[in-house]
Amino acid sequence: MIRVRRSAVIDAPIDRVWAVLRDFNSHSAWHPAVGPSTIERDEAPDRVGCVRDFTLKDGNQIREQLLALSDRDHVSTYCILDATLPMRNYAATVQLKRVTDGDRTFWHWESTFDVPRGREREFEELVGGQVYEAGFTGLAAFLRRGGRPFPLLTAVDSVGVVAMSFGGPEVLELRRLDSPAPRGGEVRLRQTAIGVNYIDVYIRKGLYRMIEPPAPIGMEAAGIVVESNAAGFSPGDRVAYACPPPGAYVTMRTLPAAQLVLLPDHVDEEAAAAIMLKGMTAEYLLHRIHRVKPGDAVLVHAAAGGVGMLLCQWSRALGARVIGTVSSEAKAELARANGCEHPIVTRMGSFAEKTKQLTGGRGADVIYDGLGREAAPENLAALATRGHWVSYGQATGPLDPVNLSEKSGTFSQPVLFHYTSEYLHQMAGHVFAALRDGVLKPDVRRRYPLAAAADAHRDLEARRTTGQIVLLA
Amino acid sequence: MIKVYTSSVIDAPADAVWAQVRDFNGLPQWTPFVAESRIEEGQPADRIGCVRNFRLRDGGVIRERLLTLSDYDYQCSYSILESPMGVENYVATLKLTPVTEGNRTFAEWWAEFDCAPEREAALAEQIGQGVFQAAFDSLKKVVAR
Repeated sequence: MIRVRRSAVIDAPIDRVWAVLRDFNSHSAWHPAVGPSTIERDEAPDRVGCVRDFTLKDGNQIREQLLALSDRDHVSTYCILDATLPMRNYAATVQLKRVTDGDRTFWHWESTFDVPRGREREFEELVGGQVYEAGFTGLAAFLRRGGRPFPLLTAVDSVGVVAMSFGGPEVLELRRLDSPAPRGGEVRLRQTAIGVNYIDVYIRKGLYRMIEPPAPIGMEAAGIVVESNAAGFSPGDRVAYACPPPGAYVTMRTLPAAQLVLLPDHVDEEAAAAIMLKGMTAEYLLHRIHRVKPGDAVLVHAAAGGVGMLLCQWSRALGARVIGTVSSEAKAELARANGCEHPIVTRMGSFAEKTKQLTGGRGADVIYDGLGREAAPENLAALATRGHWVSYGQATGPLDPVNLSEKSGTFSQPVLFHYTSEYLHQMAGHVFAALRDGVLKPDVRRRYPLAAAADAHRDLEARRTTGQIVLLA
Repeated sequence: MIKVYTSSVIDAPADAVWAQVRDFNGLPQWTPFVAESRIEEGQPADRIGCVRNFRLRDGGVIRERLLTLSDYDYQCSYSILESPMGVENYVATLKLTPVTEGNRTFAEWWAEFDCAPEREAALAEQIGQGVFQAAFDSLKKVVAR
């Protein structure tokens, strides 16, 4: 076994060096010994597992696989899969460290491998000199030339799920899209996980006129910054967003940095995509629209659904008595496991009588209503005197005006984005803290490939799903 | 808990730099701010657990305990037992790594500690620049070829 170690100091800030090195296919742009290189199967060049297939200028051919990539530690590890050189068991690690004195970068490159007996010295010099040392010089020169041409990253194609017209799930089609370069204040993301919400269904049907077809839909996603034209965000940052305009069902997205939040280490991208919009919905419903207090009787509809489950978890943690409605015994069990003390199983939508029984005749102090028109008479009947009816969704159709004088009731019809436009970082921070503390427990049971978004919509509309739904890009 | 990280490049081989900094009693020989130093209880200066007791040129006295010392990794760490700086739970690590290009040394020095929140920024600057960077600058001259 041979071990080769080389290191150098590059006269450029670490973020600049790392932005190049983290792209596993960038070497053909800066390494003097590397000829044409492609990533197999069009995978993203910073995705662990991707394979680069390249030709050295001396004619040798090599396939290498990315084994690990840490944007936090600036470490990349890879191995040779096949080569026309007699090297076996080759595994290499690149690590960068910040030189605070002068804002430079220390670059350590190390590998171990086997070669035929007697050729150790030849290969130590080949790898150490013509690969690693030549690479140090080549990248330094590339950066001095002002080189920021990440050829693959600027020429990105995006793929997205587009509503070709308003209608059923069948109007959703996978299409190639352009991802524009980020302008001032914008960043470009490679999205890894996308959240599916009921609002996506309303938009697809044209009930909420937020797109003009053909256009991609989707309100939230999480991913990795690949290009930044905004202060405070660098390539490699893990971020998430939940905001209009629709267009989140895509692999690459360019959007204003003001809409993004950085993900703490304890929140992975799938959890973020599952919970950004629904978690912030629960946050503002329970803490801003109506401040839930210990002992409040809270009525949550669709208590096993994406938002309903989070409302149950969080209001229970706040000390409320949680009553919920669900459409089946199985969902009642799930709601109970998520903090709903009294799930009411009702497919036909009668729950007022039961709610009154459970509250000693008083009714619910606050109703979180995502149902809308068909449930309105029952909601009015279930509301306590001086209670608060919060309508945040209209799954059964738009509500007619309601007269609350018989209950001295308060009615709210809040829109999440009117709150996130002002309090995004507070709200997201509150959700992430609740995740960390185990108050919120996302339950992602359904993951679909992005291309199967229509199936996700069918399952959601047929009430076949519970918890949160995520598309993986 | 805050963390201060300072790193530099010293234009001398790592062996030579390490020979200078591995002496836990050697601060007066390579830093600009230590006037005199001794190891308490007559212990050897490379014994884990030994305590160095040194006086700064401005008169302050600091006692620090050696926690780890590795000639293989060119790395040592220590904690502060007493100091006029107003820090708690202070643990610092000094580490050298060879830079093969030019046969130089990449030197890192970091510390983690607790202090009053309003003093964090000033202490981070004082320790990162006033202590670690100033010592690196002085070390560069001491080991210059």
